[in-house]
Amino acid sequence: MSDATPATDRPRLDLRGQRAHGDQAFRYLAIGAAALVLLVLGLIAITMTQRAIPVLRTMGLDFFTSTTWSEHDERFGALPFIWGTIYTATIAVVLSVPVSLGVALFITQVAPSWLKKPLIYLVDLLAVVPSVVFGLWGVLMLAPHLGRSFLSAGIILAIMITPIITSLAREVIETTAQADKEAAFALGATRWEMIRAAVFPHARSGLVGAVMLGLGRAMGETIAAALVIGSSAQIALSPLSSGDSMPAVIANQWAEAGATQKSALIALAVTLFVMTIIVNLIASAIVRRSMIRSRGVGG
Amino acid sequence: MSLGGELTRAFDLRPKRSWRGVKSNLMTVLMAAAVGLIAIPLVLVMVSVFSKGGAILFHDFPSFLTADIPPVRKAGPGMGPAVIGTLIITGTATLIAVPLGVLGAIFLNEYGGASKFARLVRFMAMVMTGVPSIVMGLFIYVVWTMHFHLQAFGGALALACLMLPIVINASEQMLRLVPNSLREASFALGATKARTVLTVVLPAAGSGIVSGSLLAVARAAGETAPLLFTIGAARTINTALFTDENTALSARIFENAKEAVVNAQDRGWGAALALVLLAFSLTVIARVVTAYATKVRK
Repeated sequence: MSDATPATDRPRLDLRGQRAHGDQAFRYLAIGAAALVLLVLGLIAITMTQRAIPVLRTMGLDFFTSTTWSEHDERFGALPFIWGTIYTATIAVVLSVPVSLGVALFITQVAPSWLKKPLIYLVDLLAVVPSVVFGLWGVLMLAPHLGRSFLSAGIILAIMITPIITSLAREVIETTAQADKEAAFALGATRWEMIRAAVFPHARSGLVGAVMLGLGRAMGETIAAALVIGSSAQIALSPLSSGDSMPAVIANQWAEAGATQKSALIALAVTLFVMTIIVNLIASAIVRRSMIRSRGVGG
Repeated sequence: MSLGGELTRAFDLRPKRSWRGVKSNLMTVLMAAAVGLIAIPLVLVMVSVFSKGGAILFHDFPSFLTADIPPVRKAGPGMGPAVIGTLIITGTATLIAVPLGVLGAIFLNEYGGASKFARLVRFMAMVMTGVPSIVMGLFIYVVWTMHFHLQAFGGALALACLMLPIVINASEQMLRLVPNSLREASFALGATKARTVLTVVLPAAGSGIVSGSLLAVARAAGETAPLLFTIGAARTINTALFTDENTALSARIFENAKEAVVNAQDRGWGAALALVLLAFSLTVIARVVTAYATKVRK
């Protein structure tokens, strides 16, 4: 930077010296902190897979297809938990999407400007409540009416992912071009027709991405599901029957688990990790594509 | 709309009450109903937490927040160890995650820019945000707790891992808002890059980073799953970071919710109120910081 300093003045005015060392040190510090993200993710994948391998080796593919989960027989089949995870997350998304979309549309298209901020705060407030508090409420107030079941878990999960989907949907919808909306109105469209003609086509892929992110969050949510799902390793179709999900079974069985079962629970966590990452990657790919299309540049 | 009465009648081109208009109004009503619908669980949960939790928390105030945890069946107060544990664990996690997260964001915005490595880190931080908290807890169990023992620090490590990507993301967005002219002015005065970042860029983005970090802390304070494998279950106050088991409000709420004993459930409600108040006040402080900063900037 200071290469332009006249040579004769160098001894007196060269201020680089130690400062340059400090400057470099700070740069490496920053690089190190950023690399920490890669380190943690890499370590998660490596160390946990290592712990899971003994069980995965003895069970083979049966780990994913067997329905028996018994420490006594050392047989660990995760299918009921995989089913419960997907089932409850799907219930949560189905319940949450219409509501989230309605709230997002109301905030962006209907609400007068003075009402927007309070409504956004209301949605954020829902996100601030810790999941364990929803779990406590679910098990003591909701479960007495609905039983400990897939449906109870799905409802609690739906409450928890609604703020996420709503705020993402709101951001996507807000990028709709004003000109498109006015064009629709000018052609005589009602508000709903304008939304269908201008907002939805523009926001569709972004909305799908928001829903996928909500799905990923619902799959990984532990505590609320652990309390209200009922803890029974069965594959049932009825939303009112009890079941179990992967994070819930890890949380509920850990304390009493022996060494082999701990390994099986870690294998379950690895499976969950892979499933949520796949869902999140698809979601981010969809969102990114929609951003590129709507702005013409990489988001 | 507000034309004179006769004119309106003469030129009224608005469609007659048609199905299209009705449908549009119906959808608007449904959207408003959705807003009402999300308010319902919030109100129900808050009413339960404040009435049931308030009854026990303020019945024995402040000893509920300081007394030891009694045996499950016994009635009466005591969440002191959990209050102290939550403060120690979340505080330590903050001390680890915020400096590292801000440094990471500094790299992304000030050094990395659009380089391949920076793009990779940004992408991986996004992936890391999606890692379920229970997986993060088991990860810390495998790399830390198994080699040492149950202690507050293990829980703090797990929470720090969860906070890190959130802090990085929030801080980078704030750094991006700092105008380049500030950096150029600092360079023109002969400051090095590190000095520019530390004394010019960071203070300019400071309030945004503080409020983003506070929101991350509020979320971390409510996390339960990562603590199940890392901190144990103390019943007496333990202020040590590295020795002996500890406990936390969230973990206590989870355990008490599983009990069939009303006395234990009541303590769960009390702990829930304490945790909700902590999370809400952190959020409010974050908002105040943001509001104050925007006012100053204007």
